[in-house]
Amino acid sequence: MSKVRVLVGTRKGAFVLTSDGKRERWDVSGPHFAGWEVYHVKGSPLDPNRLYASQTSGWFGQVIQRSDDGGKTWMQPGTPPGEPVTTPDGMPKGESNKFLYDTSAETGKPLGTHQFYDGTQHPWEFKRVWHLEPSLTDPETVYAGVEDAALFRSTDAGKTWQELSGLRGHSSGPRWQPGAGGMGLHTILLDRSEPRRIYVAISAAGAFRSDDAGQTWRPINRGLRSQYIPDPNAEVGHCVHRIAMHPSRPDVLFMQKHWDVMRSDNAGESWHEVSGNLPTDFGFVIDVHAHEPETIYVVPIKSDSEHFPPDGKLRVYRSRTGGNEWEALTKGLPQRDCYVNVLREAMAVDSLDQCGVYFGTTGGQVYASADAGDNWAPIVRDLPAVLSVEVQTLP
Amino acid sequence: MIRVLLPYHLRALARVGGEVTLDVQGPPTLRSVLDALEARYPMLRGTIRDHLTQQRRPFLRLFACEQDLSHEPPDAPLPGAVASGAEPILIVGAIAGG
Repeated sequence: MSKVRVLVGTRKGAFVLTSDGKRERWDVSGPHFAGWEVYHVKGSPLDPNRLYASQTSGWFGQVIQRSDDGGKTWMQPGTPPGEPVTTPDGMPKGESNKFLYDTSAETGKPLGTHQFYDGTQHPWEFKRVWHLEPSLTDPETVYAGVEDAALFRSTDAGKTWQELSGLRGHSSGPRWQPGAGGMGLHTILLDRSEPRRIYVAISAAGAFRSDDAGQTWRPINRGLRSQYIPDPNAEVGHCVHRIAMHPSRPDVLFMQKHWDVMRSDNAGESWHEVSGNLPTDFGFVIDVHAHEPETIYVVPIKSDSEHFPPDGKLRVYRSRTGGNEWEALTKGLPQRDCYVNVLREAMAVDSLDQCGVYFGTTGGQVYASADAGDNWAPIVRDLPAVLSVEVQTLP
Repeated sequence: MIRVLLPYHLRALARVGGEVTLDVQGPPTLRSVLDALEARYPMLRGTIRDHLTQQRRPFLRLFACEQDLSHEPPDAPLPGAVASGAEPILIVGAIAGG
């Protein structure tokens, strides 16, 4: 019988939640890396027991962890090329934690500057890994989206990292600026049908696409309109919160922007708004049903600084028409006095016959629906604030 | 023998339970002690000093003998009591919420 494994990153560690296909009873393991912020945990689609985790701290910096047994045990994979993976004392080595912007003459770009909160130019400074995206074709390859925004790739299962510097070195870089959470590269989408195509999104720069495996990039923000930048229709500067894609239709993209839910039907060449009847078009998460490419989910959040659900009611909104027409999903979710947020990485779907939908809140709840959103129940109620949720559907 | 006391999270990363002792060649300095610490526990590379610039991470402080050594030159000799092993170097995380 199929199983489901939910990977949860929180402000104070990672948790692994497992259930059978009924998704009624759950086992909870964790906290892993207790006390550290875990921005993201994600498994390889080719080797589901291989998990990558971004463990980070304002005090101690960035640590990459890897599990090869589905999250039971973890290790830091890094070591210099050609050297043993452990010290003579049996300790793992530290190369996996090293994210250095590539400024070399051969493959790099000058460090450069981006726009800071006050409008001045500020040098790029590595802070943390926001997102880990394992390759669709090679279990040893994984991408990392980092703050300050850049894309890194490891081809040795997380032991060493190399920047794909063409993105950071894009000519628009000096006009990128941090959002409230920092200038993070938070979305990485890989295209099964076009292996050299990669989409990324950066707050607050916008969406970018590469058609040559990450060497060169161009902004894909036509149609986005953002009132918080001097030119609302600018090429870059948009605070994209999340982009989602159904694997069967990789040219159709759905975006939750700082304000506006957007849709592209041409691989990001142009976007149009599909916010429709949402109670607010602000929010962070967006995802697509595993089997219905026109069924999408968002969690509207009140902006600009309140960042909790409108009217204290936690509601997932579902559109079965690819946007514009939305229905509130409320069964099992708190409908009074609820003032949590749902952050950009904190929604995912499983691929069981009855699609499961999951999201986590800053109040520490992880909610699950085993029937595509009609009914909800909390898996856990009292975790630390949830930063990310990913789901694996296991045989 | 140089004694180093790590903060809780770095002890967990390095998988050590208590104080760390290190052999350092020549008169010990902050740089030579941290080099020896990172050589012995490579998973600590980048957690105390930046990988590239070797600058101390801003929320970490270095104390010994009731002195704040955080802003001392990295190649300055450490106090004699540290060099003799009588006193440890304390690596301390700033009390800054969280």
